[in-house]
Amino acid sequence: MARKVVITGLGATTPIGGDVPTMWKNALKGVSGAHTLEDDWVAKYELPVHFAARASNPATEVLSRVEAKRMDPSTQFAVVASREAWADAGITEIDHDRLAVAFATGIGGVWTLLDAWDTLREKGPRRVLPMTVPMLMPNGPAAAVSLDLGARAGAHTPVSACASGTEAVHMGLDLIRSGKADVVVCGGAEAAIHPMPIAAFASMQALSRRNDDPEHASRPYDLGRDGFVMGEGAGALVLEAEEHALARGARIYAELAGTSVTADAYHITAPDPEGLGATRALKAAMFDGRIQPEDVVHVNAHATSTPVGDKPEYAALKAALGKQLDSVAVSATKSQMGHLLGASGAVEAVLTVMAIYDRKAPVTINLENQDPEIPLDVVTSARELPSGSIAALSNSFGFGGHNAVIAVRSI
Amino acid sequence: MASNEEILAGLAEIVNEETGLATEAVEMDKSFTEDLDIDSISMMTIVVNAEEKFGVRIPDEEVKNLKTVGDAVSFIASAQA
Repeated sequence: MARKVVITGLGATTPIGGDVPTMWKNALKGVSGAHTLEDDWVAKYELPVHFAARASNPATEVLSRVEAKRMDPSTQFAVVASREAWADAGITEIDHDRLAVAFATGIGGVWTLLDAWDTLREKGPRRVLPMTVPMLMPNGPAAAVSLDLGARAGAHTPVSACASGTEAVHMGLDLIRSGKADVVVCGGAEAAIHPMPIAAFASMQALSRRNDDPEHASRPYDLGRDGFVMGEGAGALVLEAEEHALARGARIYAELAGTSVTADAYHITAPDPEGLGATRALKAAMFDGRIQPEDVVHVNAHATSTPVGDKPEYAALKAALGKQLDSVAVSATKSQMGHLLGASGAVEAVLTVMAIYDRKAPVTINLENQDPEIPLDVVTSARELPSGSIAALSNSFGFGGHNAVIAVRSI
Repeated sequence: MASNEEILAGLAEIVNEETGLATEAVEMDKSFTEDLDIDSISMMTIVVNAEEKFGVRIPDEEVKNLKTVGDAVSFIASAQA
């Protein structure tokens, strides 16, 4: 019998709240974190998209100036979220050789990389900062969290585009089940609201162009959806072997029952139109967690608000849950905070855990004309979840055909 | 051309910016590594910022000889002369 893994700490810094209590309050209310960008580079480079969902609180509210200077913004977010999660877990004594980190990013230190390139071209090699490499490397967030918490059982960085954050939770479960660690701080971070990634995502027609109305631009499942909204931030969870948590009398939010990762092997960016890879991931996560379709009452969907992306996820949910899908409260939280790319799965894992713990499903905003081809029961005002033993799923899919699913069960 | 006091004050600002150390802690007889706990990456950042601030060139092979704040002040003063 596999070791049971529970969630004992949560942290987040997002466009709708700089910590978990604020984010959760807003997620139940239904707010938008998307706003017009005031940066001069929007006009300078004539970007076709003028808005994004910035983190609501700057990392420097938590980090000192000197700490922040040595970290790319993505790493800053990772440290902010993981410190909150660690404090929330309340672990006072730990064998640091049994504490691991699995912290993902989709893109890595893109601000650092491109700033250094500008410096090289404008001022020459002497002015390229010596901290450039450790700041731009994609393992920067995992390394910084490991250093911050003294985690010595490995610091890992799954990279699978927009599935990265969920894959980090999957990796965390594996590390504890396989006996390599007793406690894992897992999560994902992203800070890519920079003109180059905006231009690149816009070039592939992935971003909403609703420049005159940013707050209504992210509208998963709505017929008027025209692309995702860039977000930024981080989410972090403390996973703990159940016996470790019980021994110290920890507050337990929920059980991380099962996880899975699959690959479409279909197309580098387009999702399999029948959602076959996503279906296999959903079924595998449920099998891994010994979860039957009738146990599932809530899904935090990937639902990015792109015209092509939202449909195959419905097909996959239908295939995995069958008739039960009619009784599942589906939340598309990217409607509120945009798409946090490699951080999205981690933040949505936090939201899914809170939904199970608080027994409330968060709100999907901007759903005015639901796409008739996606007849899901979408939560548009905060909804109570049933009492008794319940389970929830959170999906993430990434460019490259990555599918990752986690299954969370009430305790 | 700056006096030794001016160079020390400028250097202290650069060290403060990089490490958060109080400017008053940056004194002539203090060792960068032993007393100020400055690692090699921070040292290189300080060197590059000092080059820009004082309009001098501090060759990489010279950096290992700059053990104390005073060493750095003397080097910058002679390079400016």
